Amino acid sequence: MFEKALKGNSYYWMWLAFLGALMSIAAICYLRQYNYGLGLTGMSRDVSWGLYISQFTFLVGVAAGGVMLVLPYYIHDYKAFGKITILGEFLAIAALLMCLTFIVADLGQPLRMLNVIIHAQPGSMLFYDMIVLNGYLFLNILCGWVILTSERKGIHPPKWIYFFVYLSIPFAVSIHTVTAMLYCGLPGRHFWLSAIVAPRFLASAFAAGPALIVVVALILRRVANFDAGKEAINKMVTIIIYAALINVFFVGLEFFVGFYSNIPGHKHTLQYLFFGLEHHGHIYNNLVPFMKAFVLLFVVGIGLISLPYTRYNKNDIWLGLGCAAIFISFWLDKGVGFVLGGFVPTPLEEVVEYYPAANEIFITIGIWAMGAFILTVLYKIAISVEHEIEA
Amino acid sequence: MDKKRRDFLKIAGVSTLAGLGGTSVIGQMLSGSTPAEAGAAKEVSGHGNEHAPAAHGSNPHGSVAKSGKRLGMVIDLRKFRENPHLGEKVVEACHSTHNVPDFPNKKDEIKWTWLTEYEKAFTEHSHYYKDHSTLDHEVLVMCNHCDNPPCVRACPTRATFKNKEGIVAMDYHRCIGCRFCMAACPYGMRSFNWRDPRAGLDMNTINTRFPTRMRGVVEKCNFCAERVGIGKQPACVEACGSSKALVFGNLNDPNSEIRKVLKANYTIQRKPSLGTHPSVFYIV
Repeated sequence: MFEKALKGNSYYWMWLAFLGALMSIAAICYLRQYNYGLGLTGMSRDVSWGLYISQFTFLVGVAAGGVMLVLPYYIHDYKAFGKITILGEFLAIAALLMCLTFIVADLGQPLRMLNVIIHAQPGSMLFYDMIVLNGYLFLNILCGWVILTSERKGIHPPKWIYFFVYLSIPFAVSIHTVTAMLYCGLPGRHFWLSAIVAPRFLASAFAAGPALIVVVALILRRVANFDAGKEAINKMVTIIIYAALINVFFVGLEFFVGFYSNIPGHKHTLQYLFFGLEHHGHIYNNLVPFMKAFVLLFVVGIGLISLPYTRYNKNDIWLGLGCAAIFISFWLDKGVGFVLGGFVPTPLEEVVEYYPAANEIFITIGIWAMGAFILTVLYKIAISVEHEIEA
Repeated sequence: MDKKRRDFLKIAGVSTLAGLGGTSVIGQMLSGSTPAEAGAAKEVSGHGNEHAPAAHGSNPHGSVAKSGKRLGMVIDLRKFRENPHLGEKVVEACHSTHNVPDFPNKKDEIKWTWLTEYEKAFTEHSHYYKDHSTLDHEVLVMCNHCDNPPCVRACPTRATFKNKEGIVAMDYHRCIGCRFCMAACPYGMRSFNWRDPRAGLDMNTINTRFPTRMRGVVEKCNFCAERVGIGKQPACVEACGSSKALVFGNLNDPNSEIRKVLKANYTIQRKPSLGTHPSVFYIV
């Protein structure tokens, strides 16, 4: 089916060329990092994870979000999702490939990465994360490909594939749960040491993933003559609204626990992220604009996708903007604030702020471009098959 | 392209495996355990929780738990206050013994042991109305060599591990540089080689008896496993001379000097509420 990706109009090729250019820049930047070391990033012994791991964390959620299409379609037989379930599965593939690339980009000794398998440590959460991420990637490639091939041939998918489809549902939950466990099992990092991290990750994932799919579906309607269907979009928006509200509710609970209990350790990171943390007469607040944008975009986004005037407007630009706002909002929450904020204050209660370096920003952009590239190619294939069936 | 990369990684993986064969031999030589000690440590099965048997009265494993070796240290801050230059001397001894590079840029910083304010070292203790000597003097901090180390739990490759003598050690040749251990350490005692550490060393004056590291791996205080293995005291303890500012020994041996010091003095530990059971004690 790959030949479908080789036929496209000039916009398609220009888009891929643009992404390819960003990927090339990132490749050069990565070579620099590979030769010099991670010192080319803004990370330090105090903020030892930066953009790479925060993007990884967010994208695991985007990958898991696809299950919000798979589950209603296959478990509840919700027919309206029939056409777009493949979009969820292919989004998961692209997002997971980005996740794995971000992890490799973050390793100090990438050539030794197979040590995670050779010297497998069942006590380490990273070991399980490796298993579930690769497992979920495999399941999505398998299910997406087999079902799309069957559709193309006009036959029912083979029965055995449903075993893997159903298996992919707990896997989707597990990837984000285990990713949360990377953080919430560490003693001495008060902000991360919270049982609500995993549910919060899932809620934010189930909003951000479908939000991205809605945005892409609306774009595809204009540029690729692909109609996801009114009912499907509408149902997805409902899912996004509930999941987004639950995520912000969980964030609110963190605030309650920290500020009502008045335990300094539970308040520090929240203060640092949302208001700025005063320490020895200096106020540290470099993430505050991002967190303010998170709250603002959430309010704007949830308004646009809930209020009937904008939600059901004939001009679906409002709906698209609303979903984009939710996606960016939750990216700021989890892809910026959660990971970077967790390192403030340090275990010695010092405050060290992290500023990403240009080299690592270009690598980060390049990996996102790689994901967009893979997603474009996969969606091109999926939509070409749909068109072929309709014709 | 993709295939080539995969092949490349396969080869890389196999050669790493081959390299590890060598390091484990060196590691065994460095740990210096006699077979008898190794056997004793096996019986203990890495368990050194001394409080549990006492709390439960009749723990059937109580007597066994105390027989393994568990190296620890007492840091007598009174001695450091008496001799204000001692702290710097200790840090210098450690860093020169282990070829710890000196980078002016704080972002690249690597340190195994250093002096910090009391309130930073003991974040769980009250800092209201502290006396002058506590406020004016700094505290020596280093890896706590926890009996229940979160860094070892987090490490996906066992590049960091607790050896038979209770030392939390590093295998620089196995570390993949994921820095999970740095996030896991509640004391902030681990450093990462953000760049080639040799750039921060004078290669003419390095200690040739201890390896320099490569970029991309984590390092930290190793309780001088390489010196203890050949019957020497850790470099920091040696730097204190006869002052007894640092006392090093087997915490599981009731007749050891460190146990006598612990019996005679009130000591505190860093962040005891986290259940990591540090092996480093402080006399304030």
